Amino acid sequence: MTQYLKSLAGAALVSLAAFSVQAETLNIVHGAVGMDDEILRRQLDAFEAATGHTVNIVSMPESTTDQFSQYKLWLSAQSSDIDVYRLDVIWAPQISEHFVDMNEAVEDIRDQFVPSALDAQTVDGKLVAMPMFMGAPALYYRADLLEKHGKSVPTTWEELTATAAEVMEAERAEGNGDMWGFVFQGAAYEGLTCNAMEWVGAMGGGMIVGEDGSVGINNPQAAAAIDLAASWVGSIAPSGVLNYKEEDARGTFQSGNAVFMRNWNYAYALVTGDDSPVKDAVEVAPLPGGPGGAVATLGGAALGVSAYSEHPEVAIELVKFLVNFENQKMRAIDTSRPATITAIYDDAEVAEKMPFIPLWKPVLDGTTPRPAFSTKRKYNEVSAEFWTAVHNTMSGNGTAESNLAALEARLTRLKGDAW
Amino acid sequence: MDAETMTAPDLSRLARQRKRAAWAFLAPMLIVLAAVAAWPLARTIWFGFTDASLDQLGNAQWVGFQNYLHWFDYGNGQGEWEGVLADPRWWRSVWNTIWFAGLSVSIETVFGLVIALVLHRSFPGRGLVRAAILIPWAIPTIVSAKMWAWMLHDQFGIVNDMLMRVGLIDSAIAWTATPGTAMFAIVAVDVWKTTPFMALLILAALQMVPDDIYEAARMDGVPAFRLFRKVTLPLILPGLLVAVVFRTLDALRVFDLIYVLTPNTDATRSMSIYARENLFDYDKFAYGSAASTLLFFVIALITITFIRVTRMNLERED
Repeated sequence: MTQYLKSLAGAALVSLAAFSVQAETLNIVHGAVGMDDEILRRQLDAFEAATGHTVNIVSMPESTTDQFSQYKLWLSAQSSDIDVYRLDVIWAPQISEHFVDMNEAVEDIRDQFVPSALDAQTVDGKLVAMPMFMGAPALYYRADLLEKHGKSVPTTWEELTATAAEVMEAERAEGNGDMWGFVFQGAAYEGLTCNAMEWVGAMGGGMIVGEDGSVGINNPQAAAAIDLAASWVGSIAPSGVLNYKEEDARGTFQSGNAVFMRNWNYAYALVTGDDSPVKDAVEVAPLPGGPGGAVATLGGAALGVSAYSEHPEVAIELVKFLVNFENQKMRAIDTSRPATITAIYDDAEVAEKMPFIPLWKPVLDGTTPRPAFSTKRKYNEVSAEFWTAVHNTMSGNGTAESNLAALEARLTRLKGDAW
Repeated sequence: MDAETMTAPDLSRLARQRKRAAWAFLAPMLIVLAAVAAWPLARTIWFGFTDASLDQLGNAQWVGFQNYLHWFDYGNGQGEWEGVLADPRWWRSVWNTIWFAGLSVSIETVFGLVIALVLHRSFPGRGLVRAAILIPWAIPTIVSAKMWAWMLHDQFGIVNDMLMRVGLIDSAIAWTATPGTAMFAIVAVDVWKTTPFMALLILAALQMVPDDIYEAARMDGVPAFRLFRKVTLPLILPGLLVAVVFRTLDALRVFDLIYVLTPNTDATRSMSIYARENLFDYDKFAYGSAASTLLFFVIALITITFIRVTRMNLERED
C-alpha cells in the first residue's frame, strides 16, 4: 500500500515536473531609463530561445516614485499578472512580504555577489530580491571646456559652484548663449532625495534619519548645503531644474548645454555613445565632497519574484538568468550599469570596452544607503518630507533653516514612538 | 379609456402600474450604480474611519474620527491637533483645486461661448471646422499633458523658442517648474483641452433656439449685441449651466494633468493628488480614504450650492 502511495506520489511529481517544463508566459515589470528596455529585451530573447517560455516586458515611467505606487497596488491586490518586478534598491523593507524568499534558490551562486548588495535586499533574513545592478552617481563634466578655460575638476561643492559659474559665463560671452553650469535631478521626487543627501552629507550635515532612527537633519551644516543648492537655481542651473528628472538633465547635458551633470551610471553609455554630440568631450569624476567627505547615494535595482506569481519556479529561473555573469557583463558594457557580481570588475573585456565600470569600483564600495531600513514602512513619507523641504527652499519658498526646522518637527511626529 | 371618464380606483391602479413599470425599468441601472458607485463610495467612507493599511485591508479596525481630527498628546500636558482637517497641506490642496476649477471653467465658458457663436453661423467648411476643434478633447489627457510638458520645457520647449524669437521674453521661462507660473501653465493646458467640450454643448443649446425669433428681432432692427443679451443668452442659459456644472465637477477632481505636468509640490497639489499620495505612496490607506471622503463632500457641496443658486435664477426667468 505504501509502495503504491509512493509511486502515486512519484507519478504526481513527474506530471508536475512535466507541467512546469511546459512553455509558460511570464510578465516582467521594468521601470527603465536609457537603453535598459532594449538590453533587457535582447536578454529575454535569449532566455526564450533557451527555455521555450515567453516573457513580456511591462513598461513603467522613469520616476521610481511613480512606479512604486503602481507596484504597491498590484501587490496589495495579490495580482498574478506580474511575475517578476524590478525593484528600486530601497524598497525591500516596505514590501518584503509580497515576494518569494530567494535564499534557497540562490544558495549555489550567492558567493559571487557583492555582499552589501545582497544585504540591501535582505529583510529579517529573507532575501526579497536579487540585486540586478548597482548605482553610484558620477559627476559628468565637459573635459574640453575645463581645459579650454584652464580649470581643474572640482573636489568640493563650493568649487563646483565657482567653476561652473566661470566656465558658463566665459562660454556665454563667446556667444554660446544656451550654456549652463550644472544640471541635476531637482524635481520633487525620490531623485531629489538622492541628490540632496549628497550635498548635505558632504557638508557634514549627516543623514536624514540615522541608523538608530534618530532625526538629526535640522543642523546648520545641512542648512548651508541646501542654501548652496538653492543658490544654483537660476544662476548656474536653469530654473527648470526644479522639474528635472534623470533624462531631463541628460538631455540638457548631452545636447552640449551644460558643463557639469550629476547623474547615475546609465548616462555614461549614452553621453559617450556614437550619436552623442559631446561623446569625445565627456569625462567622469566622483561627486565633489566637503568637510563630511564625498557622499554618493547608493542606487541600483533588484529583481524580485512575486509571491502571487502562478509560475514561481520559472520566474526564479528567469531572475537567476538575468543576474548571471554573462548578462551582467552585457549590461555593464552596453548600458554602463555597475554589476552586482564581483568578478565583472576584474574582467578584462569589461575594462577594455567600458573602463567606467572598474574605475567606479571604489566609489561603489563607499556609497551611502538611504535610510530605508531605519524608517521601514514610513520611508516613502520620510523621503517625500525631505524632498519637499529641499524643493521648497530651492523654489524660494522659505529658507533652508526654517524648512529644516519644519522638517524635523514633521519627521519627529511621523516617527512617534518608533519607526 | 378617456381620462375624464375614469373613476378614482381606476386611476390609482393605473398610477400603481406605472410606478411598478418605472421601477422595473430603473432597477438594472440602480443595481449597476449601486455596484460601481455606491458600494466603492461606502467602502471608502468606512475605511476613512479605520486604521486600514493597503496590505491588510481585512484587518481594519474602527478608530472613529482619528483620521480626520484628533488631539495628539505628548504625554506632558502639551500636544497638537492631527488629522486631515488639521493638515495645512490638505487645505492648501483644497484651495489649489478650487482656484484651478474656478479660473479654468470661467475661461473655458467664455471661449466656448465665443467659439460656439462662430460655429453657429454658416460658412463654407463649417462641418470640417466643427470636427477639427474637437481634436484636443479627443486626445487622452495623459498624452496631451506629456505633449505640453515637452512644449513647455525650459530647454527644448517650442513655446519658449517661439516667444523668444518674436521677442516677447528674453530668456527661457521654466513654465511648469517655477511655483509662480506652474498653476497658470496647468490652467492654460486645461483650457486648451476642454474648451471644445464647452463649445460643443453650447452649440447644441444654440441650435435649439428657433430661427423665427431672430427673424422677428431682425425685422424690429434690434442691434446684434442686444439681441445676444436679451434673446440668445437667456434661451441658451439652461444648456450653458449644465455644461458649467459638468466641467466644474470634472475640474474639481483634476489629477492627471497636474500629476504629469508639474512637480508634486505644495504649489500645485490638488485634492485628488493629496488623496492618492496618502493612499498608495505612503503607508496611510485609511488617512487617504478620509481625504477621499472629504474630497467627495467638498465636490458635492460645491455642486449642490451651484445648482441651488442657478435654479433660483432659472425659476425667476420663467
